[in-house]
Amino acid sequence: MVPLLLVMLSVIGWPFIDTVRLSFTDARLVGAGGDFVGAANYQRIFASTAFWRAFFVTTEFAVVSVFVEVVLGVLVALLLYQNFRGRNILRALLILPWALPTVVNALLWRLIYNPEYGALNAMLVQTGLLDDYRSWLGDPNSALVALIIADAWKNFPLVALISLAALHAVPHDIKAAAVVDGANALSRFRYVILPYLVGPLMVALILRTIEAFKVFDIIWVMTRGGPANSTRTLSILVYQEAFSFQRAGSGASLALIVTLAVTMLAVAYAALIRKSAGARF
Amino acid sequence: MERQSLGFTVFLYVCAGLLAIMILAPFAWLFIMSISSTTDLVSKPLHWWPAETNWSRYRILTDLTPNTHGAALMTALVNSIEVAAIATFASLVVSVPAGWAVSRTPAVGWSLWLVIGTYMLPPVALAVPLYMGLAALGMLNTKFGLALVYLTILAPFTAWLLKSGFDPIPRDLEKAAAIDGARLDQTLRIIILPLAAPVIGTAALFAYLLAWDEFFYALLFTSDHRAKTVTVAIADLAGGRVSDYGLIATAGVIAALPPVIFGLVMQRTLISGLTRGGVKG
Repeated sequence: MVPLLLVMLSVIGWPFIDTVRLSFTDARLVGAGGDFVGAANYQRIFASTAFWRAFFVTTEFAVVSVFVEVVLGVLVALLLYQNFRGRNILRALLILPWALPTVVNALLWRLIYNPEYGALNAMLVQTGLLDDYRSWLGDPNSALVALIIADAWKNFPLVALISLAALHAVPHDIKAAAVVDGANALSRFRYVILPYLVGPLMVALILRTIEAFKVFDIIWVMTRGGPANSTRTLSILVYQEAFSFQRAGSGASLALIVTLAVTMLAVAYAALIRKSAGARF
Repeated sequence: MERQSLGFTVFLYVCAGLLAIMILAPFAWLFIMSISSTTDLVSKPLHWWPAETNWSRYRILTDLTPNTHGAALMTALVNSIEVAAIATFASLVVSVPAGWAVSRTPAVGWSLWLVIGTYMLPPVALAVPLYMGLAALGMLNTKFGLALVYLTILAPFTAWLLKSGFDPIPRDLEKAAAIDGARLDQTLRIIILPLAAPVIGTAALFAYLLAWDEFFYALLFTSDHRAKTVTVAIADLAGGRVSDYGLIATAGVIAALPPVIFGLVMQRTLISGLTRGGVKG
């Protein structure tokens, strides 16, 4: 069976190692192999403002969108954990944004944000909340926020579903005991429910953060990194470097820096999880 | 059951209503755009419901006359179906034995972690060598080449899902089979596969949806009707010179329909698959 594992690794392992090799060369995407240039690509990247700008845009996108998704996800899970009619229909609806292809989601929100005919402008102006139509994706001040809303709308259901499953794992007698002991709703949440929620929530948080840090699709379709590079994340920057400008060498270096950042994030989270799991048991 | 005060019940229903609107409104608007006349869509104030429904765009986009928007979208749809099917099948072929091996031999568990670790690799970290490799093999812009690349995304995911599905199957069954003289591959085929059919089905479903949703590699590695997938086709349409927003919305509806229907029909399977990792994690 191990040979098959090796097959899997070779589909991923070889390109990865080749990326490492390329990152020390000045190879072009098309044409001859390129020469060894040592760490020159890395030096140039760390000295460039474009890289740091993209790094901060990516971080802002990841932190804010994941934060919104987690808060909204937990609130929705708490709502759906209550007993009311129509609850099961709502649960079924949650799968819809998740199942919507990312590219369609991007296109849908692009239409909603349209500066001349978009539904958001129409709604805000018709209800008197806004005086005049705005170019939500065309303004560097609002483009990233608009993207984050679109991304959070698609991804909060995942957090909600995971949280809901965790809520249902809380034993009934513990909840009943807390009620008997006279704990109010807030302290029941803090001391009875939350401990069960932390572990699964951390897993959801890691997955979403890694995904958000790698973000490409939704930004490519909605803004291509514009306006004025205000939504150019690291993945978009790598794409431009390696494929638009065909600089395979420095594109590879940049890609490895992104990989390193994502790995460090994941390792830090894993340590956090172990700590919180240790505190629980 | 706890008694609920009237105020709390009202509060619940208000929240539930808001959630339903939040999820459904964007979907509804995409659909309404697809059946509104162009005049309704560009009117100010915006018409939220078309004076006359207009289904012609669905006819335009399913029209197979060569070199039309319809032909482009339908060909891409078929390409997506094929690529996702090949990639799903290939990833199951490699990950079923691998997942089983890791489930039965904890000593090789590190290899699964290595494979799962690849999840943290942003696609951009593999893209350049994969591009060069496919170009060298003459497999750029082929469905098979794209499906092969999709293995890098699907295989780690299915291997992990399958391993957790194989774990609860008792080992005694395999020992009994071994005593009866079954070879390893016979044991897997006759004993394990039937028992693991549900989890294999879940893995296949997720893999298919993942492949359907993929955009980045498809954007890089396909260039025309021979391999372009539906995600690239609708991104082209949205970024192109189409002035009728309704047509873009219609393309979105068509591309979203298969996974959304899948999602609704299979929601139980999907939700248990989505939450399993988190809650057990």
